[in-house]
Amino acid sequence: MAGQTNNAWHALVRAPFEALGNVVLSLLLEVGETALLGLGVISWAVRPPYRLGLFLQQLEFIGVGSLFIVLLTGLFTGLVFALQSSFAFATFNAESLVGATVVISMTRELSPVLSGLMVTGRAGSAIATELGTMRVTEQIDALSTMAVNPIQYLAVPRVLAMTLVMPLLTMLFNMVGFFGAYVVAVFQAGIDRGTFMGRIHQLVELSDVLGGLLKSAVFGFVIALIACQKGMCAQGGSRGVGLAATRTVVSGSVTVLVLDYVLTTIILTLLRERSF
Amino acid sequence: MSNETIRVEELYKSFGDNHVLKGVDLAFPKGTTTVILGGSGSGKSVLMKHLIGLLQPDQGRVLVDGDDIAQLDGIELTSLRAKFGMVFQWAALFDSMNVLENVAFPLREHRKDLSEDEIRSRVADKLALFDLRGVEQKYPADLSGGMRKRVGLARAIIMDPTIVLYDEPTTGLDPITTDYVDEMIKQAKSSLGVTSVVISHDIASAFNVADYIAFLYGGHIVAYGSPSAVKESSHPFVHQFLSTWFRKN
Repeated sequence: MAGQTNNAWHALVRAPFEALGNVVLSLLLEVGETALLGLGVISWAVRPPYRLGLFLQQLEFIGVGSLFIVLLTGLFTGLVFALQSSFAFATFNAESLVGATVVISMTRELSPVLSGLMVTGRAGSAIATELGTMRVTEQIDALSTMAVNPIQYLAVPRVLAMTLVMPLLTMLFNMVGFFGAYVVAVFQAGIDRGTFMGRIHQLVELSDVLGGLLKSAVFGFVIALIACQKGMCAQGGSRGVGLAATRTVVSGSVTVLVLDYVLTTIILTLLRERSF
Repeated sequence: MSNETIRVEELYKSFGDNHVLKGVDLAFPKGTTTVILGGSGSGKSVLMKHLIGLLQPDQGRVLVDGDDIAQLDGIELTSLRAKFGMVFQWAALFDSMNVLENVAFPLREHRKDLSEDEIRSRVADKLALFDLRGVEQKYPADLSGGMRKRVGLARAIIMDPTIVLYDEPTTGLDPITTDYVDEMIKQAKSSLGVTSVVISHDIASAFNVADYIAFLYGGHIVAYGSPSAVKESSHPFVHQFLSTWFRKN
């Protein structure tokens, strides 16, 4: 009787640790599989044949296809951010800082992160769905049997295209966000346009923009890897395809946020070392 | 050099706790058609995917023309696969491509020396072989199941492979199309001299096309030989499987 109680107690104590262990293991497995795919993409990207047509198709699909949602997000981010800043800064008569504050925040953080989240939702989920459908209908196996490497044919064009397109989308986000902030600050909040522009010229540095673009390129590489990995490993019919798309959005979004912190730490450390 | 194109030695494969193959030994003689029969879920598709290196064995070896495919690196495996053509159960046509692009795909990938006119002409020849004319511009979604399967067959043999694998080639087909596909398998063997491996649970089709039949049950090959020899097998499950069918037909 006492032995049975002990066993039940042990099982009760063990269960949460086992659950935690399983979560950690599956997380490590996912990271490992994505990293291996990343290595595969890099090694296959440098080998012929170079698939320019597929690469251009993906540029069009990811870049042009995501343009509207990214521009819309950028415009309203600039509008709202300038509106909030001008109200906040008005309380201590520092409205002249609105332009510089908005531009620095956008170029360093908001543009790469929000563009990354938007692209994950639109293009990442679409990639996972397409590749997942190809996996469960054996089209990826068919590629292999025809002596065509699926990583080279499917993953390389998508990963390269997204890595290249993300900084471009981020720069467009910056531009429309700046435009929105200018409209609100100058025409709605009544800030002098010379002061608005002058402070930006004085306080914003090229490294702010370049740091954001670098981050967005890394986001693009990782989002595409996650989407390809989830899609190419989908199993279990249409449910598996749906699951791959959902997991891509969840993992991609979380990864963008976590990576943003890591990359920001690295970039700021490098900038600080350079300034001393 | 032996007369065997493919040899499977002591092949084991598990997925978690599901032990699918438990020591399969099988040889596929050159220029013959071997049908692997077995019930649903017996591991036939798993065995076939090992033959072309889509799955890696947990234990054992698969030798193709003497090469252990588990030991090949990515590039070697890719070139070895050029010897194969594979017909998938549901055809596995690329749904973003039309019929012409699907069948021409292996040529465009591996035969850069061919002009576009030559490619189109070869595709038309192969499609005509399977009685498919005027479908080049259609997409897989616009084709019937039988047509899709025939397009899949045309794509599998467009590179004139030496080995053709058929994964349930007659599943979901009406009796006339089934006969037609059987004839195609026999024709591919007789006119191209290919080694064919067919996995199926269609007994009529198996006995129609096979030179050899291997019966997969419980992760093992429990009966192997000519169709008439397998028909006389004393293994209880094989006996029950075949006698049930022969009694009904």
